Amino acid sequence: MNAKELDINPPLNHVAESLSALLESRNIQHPIMIGIHTGGVWVAQQLHQRLRLQEPLGTLDISFYRDDFTRVGINPQVKPSTLPPSIDDRHIILVDDVLYTGRTIRAAMNELFDYGRPASIMLAVLVERDGRELPIQADALGQHITLEAGEQVKLQGPEPLTLSITRLRVPTA
Amino acid sequence: MKKRNRLQLDEQGRLKHFLTIEGLNRQLLIDILDTAESLTSISEQSIKKVPLLRGKTIVNLFFEASTRTRTTFELAAKRLSADVLNINIQASATAKGETLLDTLRNLEAMHCDMFVVRHADSGAAHFIAQHAAPHISVINAGDGQHAHPTQAMLDMFTIRREKGEFHRLTVAIVGDIRHSRVARSQIHALSMLGVEDIRIIAPKTLIPTEPDAFGVHVFHDLREGLRDVDVVIMLRLQKERMRGASLPSEHEYFQRYGLTEAKLELAKPDVTVMHPGPINRGVEIDSEVADGPRSVILQQVSHGIAVRMAIMAMAMQQRPPETAEGERR
Repeated sequence: MNAKELDINPPLNHVAESLSALLESRNIQHPIMIGIHTGGVWVAQQLHQRLRLQEPLGTLDISFYRDDFTRVGINPQVKPSTLPPSIDDRHIILVDDVLYTGRTIRAAMNELFDYGRPASIMLAVLVERDGRELPIQADALGQHITLEAGEQVKLQGPEPLTLSITRLRVPTA
Repeated sequence: MKKRNRLQLDEQGRLKHFLTIEGLNRQLLIDILDTAESLTSISEQSIKKVPLLRGKTIVNLFFEASTRTRTTFELAAKRLSADVLNINIQASATAKGETLLDTLRNLEAMHCDMFVVRHADSGAAHFIAQHAAPHISVINAGDGQHAHPTQAMLDMFTIRREKGEFHRLTVAIVGDIRHSRVARSQIHALSMLGVEDIRIIAPKTLIPTEPDAFGVHVFHDLREGLRDVDVVIMLRLQKERMRGASLPSEHEYFQRYGLTEAKLELAKPDVTVMHPGPINRGVEIDSEVADGPRSVILQQVSHGIAVRMAIMAMAMQQRPPETAEGERR
């Protein structure tokens, strides 16, 4: 496996700026930011800082909501979701590192609705790649990347946070 | 043992049936405890449900009365979004073998995915697992005097929550060890998880005939056995044993083997007191202890839900769709 490292700062700045503009245009004062384990939490920590959000950062582990559970099985190391006591009527910013098929986001939204009924949910992602399988798109996006067959984009962290494109030696069939 | 192992685990070593602790391995037990730990967070949600087993049908097949075990299994299944069927069958001793198979075939025809079995005969869950269609998972919810592995796992979960690690613990099990499926499963789980000092404390008539086979230390004196223990697990004294003349009287049993605050003084100061329930107050345990600060008896019940969720979810993963399986058959 070989890797090509990308500069993480431009997409991080870009997603922070678009998010900030979006919150202003929609007149949202106290949003709750929620990162999806694991990469999404790292990105959310950065954004939370840059946007100087007051509400504590929430985290979400969607393992129990995956639609491929019967195929891939259960991971015993599921991290606990930490959400504020109530998300009813709150504006939520859902954060993930990579938007690909859209299934993770669907699962995350399903889980959120089991905790309450938010006023709105917007989606912020660091990078998106082609291959959407559901009608889900980011409201704030850092960067779009086009990958060749067999390539993967991966965020590693938390310290330092690095973004790289890796090529699997054996292309997936 | 080999055969049981093959029956319980699939080719990749994943759980298929959960019948007994024997033949499983330490990592699998740890995975169950870790998964249960993650699943406890669901009870904090406003909708206490996750869609893991949505569309699956789980049958609680109870040939022997039970309230706590059946209701916690039912609740666990419902929190995983499965559909649950409760069937209580009073087994008639005569027509058992064939009736059981007929019952199985009928439930299979209703496209059920999992049987949770409680039966008065040792080996009943194994029998059902051997004869059920390949897509069905069987969970043993207590068979005769043989095993009660989900109870043992919820006890292990409780011990880990209270004490953190298993290695350096001294755990005493007190009461009718000989006839107890709970004790048998607990001993296997404790030793698999690395507890070095496992003690069983009971009158001679209630100790298994070959205690050495379990690798435990035997005590006939409660005071002696309780010295410096970290965890004490009291077992329910089944009243029928009294009639069977294995024992003198309830009063005398309590005098010698009943757990009181005074006797508990001999254990470590942070000793944890457990009991699988239902408790006989004033027979094996004094109310003061059962309701006291060192008792985790009610926590055990709550933990039972998370642990049973974990076991059911793990047994249902990697099951190919029923139709594909049926075609292969």
